[in-house]
Amino acid sequence: MISAIIVMAVIGLVLGSVLGWAELFYRVAGDPLADKINDILPQTQCGQCGFPGCRPYAEAMAKGEADINRCPPGGEPGIQRLADLLGVEAKPFGEGVAPKPKSVALIDENTCIGCTLCIQACPVDAIVGASKQLHVIVADLCTGCELCLAPCPVDCIHMEVVHETVNNWKWRYPLIPIHQQREAA
Amino acid sequence: MSGKVYPIPGGLHPPEHKTESNAKAIIVAPLSAHYVVPLRQHIGQPARALVKAGDSVLKGQMIGAPEGRISAAVHAPTSGRVVAVEARPVAHPSGLPDQCVVIEADGKDTAADMQPIAWRDLPPGELHQRLVNMGLAGQGGAVFPSHVKLATGGTPIETLILNGAECEPWITCDDRLMRERATEIMQGAEIMRHALGAKRILVGIEDNKPEAAQAMQSACEQLKLAAEVTAVPTRYPSGGAKQLTQLLTGLETPSGKISTDIGIQVFNVATAYALQRAVELGEPMLTRVVTITGHVAGPCNIEARLGTPIDELIRLAGGDLAETSGHVIGGPMMGFDLDDTASPLVKSVNCIIAKNQELFPPHPPAMPCIRCGQCALVCPAVLQPFELYWHAKSKNFAKARAYKLFDCIECGCCSHVCPSHIPLVDFYRFAKSEIAADDRAKLAAEGARQRHEFQLLRQEREKKEKAERLGKKASERLDTGAVAADDPEAERKKAILEAAIERARQAKEAVHAKNTESLTPDQQHQIDEIEARRQAAPQDSEQQA
Repeated sequence: MISAIIVMAVIGLVLGSVLGWAELFYRVAGDPLADKINDILPQTQCGQCGFPGCRPYAEAMAKGEADINRCPPGGEPGIQRLADLLGVEAKPFGEGVAPKPKSVALIDENTCIGCTLCIQACPVDAIVGASKQLHVIVADLCTGCELCLAPCPVDCIHMEVVHETVNNWKWRYPLIPIHQQREAA
Repeated sequence: MSGKVYPIPGGLHPPEHKTESNAKAIIVAPLSAHYVVPLRQHIGQPARALVKAGDSVLKGQMIGAPEGRISAAVHAPTSGRVVAVEARPVAHPSGLPDQCVVIEADGKDTAADMQPIAWRDLPPGELHQRLVNMGLAGQGGAVFPSHVKLATGGTPIETLILNGAECEPWITCDDRLMRERATEIMQGAEIMRHALGAKRILVGIEDNKPEAAQAMQSACEQLKLAAEVTAVPTRYPSGGAKQLTQLLTGLETPSGKISTDIGIQVFNVATAYALQRAVELGEPMLTRVVTITGHVAGPCNIEARLGTPIDELIRLAGGDLAETSGHVIGGPMMGFDLDDTASPLVKSVNCIIAKNQELFPPHPPAMPCIRCGQCALVCPAVLQPFELYWHAKSKNFAKARAYKLFDCIECGCCSHVCPSHIPLVDFYRFAKSEIAADDRAKLAAEGARQRHEFQLLRQEREKKEKAERLGKKASERLDTGAVAADDPEAERKKAILEAAIERARQAKEAVHAKNTESLTPDQQHQIDEIEARRQAAPQDSEQQA
């Protein structure tokens, strides 16, 4: 009887210490779930979700403090992916939050005074320029976050919608026109 | 004459329709009044325009410079004046316009200075540098810039394959070119072999073109080249680069790789011809042979300058017959519908077919997949087209990729045999372009994330550095203060400072509110009342509480 208790206690102790050691040894720094969520987010760093960037929003979602439908640049597919990852139902965008067509910012070269305020505002270092020199936005790097619009003292930045060209054109989802079906039938 | 032919999987034999256009010799198109030269005629980055409206250009002058590694130059097809550099309709499945240089011909056709290249003196691996600005791009359909393919450095190229299979129905431009200009083609092949340092040349021609094969064979004998001309069975898509490689060498290109990775480089015969002209005459790629066939009065092959409007080419072939319902660019298996016949001839266009109801009946409505497996039997890439179709249709792109969607060569065999008339290839193209766009977006997001994180890091670092700098200054001051404690001069200054601080304190205490001096009894009474209320107030509030 007593030997059995001792044996069980020893087993418990050994397994417990192994578990405790494993917990320390295999500890993952940071939040792996936040990393996974952050990978889904479009990294525009626009702050439309109400957080100061994609990473903070991802962390808030990982903690369950933020909803999944607050990222307009990610669009519906983004919500769907977040829903799949977090195991929740996809939901539509809330009131007043809607995805816009992808745009890039453009500086009017005649008006720019070279104040560097937009350079400081750009979260992804997509604006090139120096004090009292003309600033230029690198269109390929611009995420369309619109954060440079407000600080400009001379309102020389505006957003240009990226139109479909031969370069970014995609094949359409194949559909058989219904009228053709009717004719055949 | 014929070398060994190895079996390949899949394929089919659609009606050939080659005899309509392969009997007549190549017609050289007369000079056109104007040319529209798109800056994007190849895979990769479009060329950068070097001219603007109003400039005069010479035949063969470079008007678009290659931009980036995978890009090709474009040249003026004749002498004249640049009218505009603007977006014009082009032959593209999207039907979207693209940037073009519009040239008004002056009729003189004055050529720019063209220098032949002494290729025999150049060691292998150097010729491609001389060809960067020649505008050569593969004429088989993929229009990959040729100078990039001629660069050595990766897997050493053992075998050069010349692709004269021309397996797609209706198209006969390579057939006619081989019959009429075999010597030039084989000279071009020899230059390619030299540039690549390859050991042997294999020429693959489908056995429905015996005259072309004969002409190529005689050219090899005449030039005393160690090339092997092989007739491959007429079975679509034998002209796919991977398919022809396997037919001629028995080597299968691994999934996700290209034939270059297994030491084989494949060029189209027309590309070899263009290369020969570029090297021996110094003439950049200005023309190509194109088949005009289908529902036209006189189907034929035309050698036309790049930039010639397609409607002009159709007129040269006798014009469209009555009840023409449209035009196909390329063959019926892989081609696409042309939206605007004002679009110009470009490097990729090997065939223009005029459609009518009889030759190209409207696509029957798609029925549900019955899982018959016909598509898998004909797939030359040994894929499972029905699985790919389900995943593409349900937009399950990860699954489609796992089923090797990107090994699909879009040959159209599966769509052709499908008893349910499902446009299978359209689904694969849709899925491929969605995946490609998604990958691009992911890459852009990753770049944005890195730049944002670096910015945060930089801001943090700058803050820290500033704090360190200030801290260092403060501690320096403290240090000097401590050291100077015994210094009588410092002691004296300290005493002066302390005296000044003491004076300031006393002065502050000496100040009284002037409005409390010389009060009238009335005012004094009011003040007393207020003071009394103030005393009583806390007790009141306590009572209320």
